[in-house]
Amino acid sequence: MTAAAQPARRPVIVAKGVSKRYLTHRSKSTQLKERAIRGRGLGTEEFWALRDVDISVGEGETVGLIGPNGAGKSTLLKMLAGILRPTSGEVDVQGRIASLLELGAGFNGELTGRENVYLNAALLGLPRREVDSLFDQILAFSEQEQRIDDPVKHYSSGEYVKLAFSIAVHVDPDVLLVDEVLAVGDEAFARKCLAKIAEFQQAGKTILFVTHSLDLVEQLCTRGVVVDHGRVQYDGDPAFAVGTLRRILGTDRPLGEPPPPIPRGAYVHDATPSLTVGGPRAEEFTAGQPLHIRVDVEVIDAEDVFAGDVIVVAVGSGDYPIFAVRTPPGQGLPAVPGRYAVDFTLDEAPALNGAFILAVQVEDADTGYPLAVARFDTVLRCASGDLPGILTVSSTSAVSPT
Amino acid sequence: MVTTAPVGDRAELARRRAAAQGRIRWELLNQLIRTDLKVKYQGSVLGFAWSLANPLLLMTIYYVIFTKVLNNGIPGFAIYLMAGLLPFTAFSMAVTSASGSVTASAGLVKKVRFPRVVLPLSSVGFALVQFLLQLAVLLLVVLILDPGRIGPELLFVLPALALLVLFSTALGILVSALNVRYRDTSHFVEVAMLVWFWGNPILYSAGLVRDKLGDAYWAYFLNPMATVVTTFQRAIYNEPYYTDLNGDRALSLADAGYAFYFRNLAIGFVIAGLLLLLARRVFNRLQADFAEEL
Repeated sequence: MTAAAQPARRPVIVAKGVSKRYLTHRSKSTQLKERAIRGRGLGTEEFWALRDVDISVGEGETVGLIGPNGAGKSTLLKMLAGILRPTSGEVDVQGRIASLLELGAGFNGELTGRENVYLNAALLGLPRREVDSLFDQILAFSEQEQRIDDPVKHYSSGEYVKLAFSIAVHVDPDVLLVDEVLAVGDEAFARKCLAKIAEFQQAGKTILFVTHSLDLVEQLCTRGVVVDHGRVQYDGDPAFAVGTLRRILGTDRPLGEPPPPIPRGAYVHDATPSLTVGGPRAEEFTAGQPLHIRVDVEVIDAEDVFAGDVIVVAVGSGDYPIFAVRTPPGQGLPAVPGRYAVDFTLDEAPALNGAFILAVQVEDADTGYPLAVARFDTVLRCASGDLPGILTVSSTSAVSPT
Repeated sequence: MVTTAPVGDRAELARRRAAAQGRIRWELLNQLIRTDLKVKYQGSVLGFAWSLANPLLLMTIYYVIFTKVLNNGIPGFAIYLMAGLLPFTAFSMAVTSASGSVTASAGLVKKVRFPRVVLPLSSVGFALVQFLLQLAVLLLVVLILDPGRIGPELLFVLPALALLVLFSTALGILVSALNVRYRDTSHFVEVAMLVWFWGNPILYSAGLVRDKLGDAYWAYFLNPMATVVTTFQRAIYNEPYYTDLNGDRALSLADAGYAFYFRNLAIGFVIAGLLLLLARRVFNRLQADFAEEL
């Protein structure tokens, strides 16, 4: 993998086992009277926006955080920005953060653009002297020379975001957190933003952005993280992340085709290939020798998991499975919440050549309805056979002129 | 990588910059107070004069009522009144606006990371700036109309001002945090200020309180604002005795000497200091959930 080829990066953003629970009150009891009458816990329902998220971003990485609406992306970004406190887990970010979570949050409409530059820079932690020396650059980048002394309440949304973005990138942040705000400027400005981001990347700054423009992720990011239902579903290669999200969204097939059922009820934590049962993770395999795969799976909602649900492990490259193993019907997961290890043993690894990945699916034994799907970036390298990347099957052949 | 600095130095720099971002920054506080001032007077022709209009109007009303209608016999009542009314109005304004400061900046709190405590501090700062301007005008008026009152006692303005700032800050921080969770707080503060006003010798003389309370007079000054008000009166009004309506010599100020004020100021600073510690604790505990509660 490419990760191994790069020098070890100093982690700048580290989130460990981060979960966020929101209490949704029917009507939020912010009045003493209600508190007194109803007590604390009554009338509230909990909602987990994020569950057990581990993420570590190294210095100089550009990470695209993608996922469907309501997946928990913005919650994660806000926790990294130090705005929300995680319900459990730890967040550590090193260096000055500039967060652009909304267009010109911290702008005061009554103030002029010039005054807002100073106010906003102060919010981002920049002393006045430094703003003085940066002001011309900020102004030039924002292209607001004509309007800088007008109150910003008269700005168009494009002008607004130009100024806001310009401030955020000029305060020399170590970490830039951006939430879906780049789409507002015109094409010329968008190009300038991208150039500025490239400049950031050159300077070894860390960028994390939430976006729905998946092309941007493939174009710009060194890493893509897919969040869905509050969990990290994929973390790795941007192109692969985009593919994973498109599969989740159902946009990988033409409009009108029925979307695949949304998996729920179970969660696949990990799949580990090894040389012995439950042994340490191994990557290199030889055809004809034993291969073990341990799947770490959690049954979350017993109502959705019936006794004997089947686990399928498919091995393949990218989107195309080459072979699959499955638990026999009736010998799958029990319908009891908890975490299980499912061990597969292949007496002889197939005669494959090349690098492959693992995909795990938990499906209903009767209907084939998926209850959980997960793909793992773990590489399985098989060395055997004559040609790389394909399975060699014995056959006969004859050559004759036509 | 472009940078040439060793990784260790960069890590250290990053840690320092992250820590600096979380500290109270005077720069930011200064900007927020300026913003409040600019926004408040923007587009108004008279600008700051409006800040004088409110106390002037109150003074006129009270002056007419308490000298013409219900004569309390205190000479130079207008000056006595302003010496107590201005600091109390500043306190009331500071705490009332601080109580809504975090909730009013919901957009900011939910989107930007910055030390939240600057919000109530800027409310207090804004009230303080207005108060200092009002005080300057008052001193100017006294200097022109009644220069005999200005004496070395004027130095009492400094500790009184310090106590006013400390106490307003402490209470402001406390109520701003509580108001996020219990929105009743700001309503309660408004009502409490109306009642609190009468707990200070602004419209009546502190001498009356001493006559009524006797040995328990000290307890009256457990209220730091009573100390602030009486100390300002000592500094500016500076006329300890007057002849009351019955022709008796009566005490207009809280006390004719100096030691009394020093003792009260010491008590006030201890109370306000403890309140500030409590307020910081409460604020720090609650602030992590501000973004969520708003």
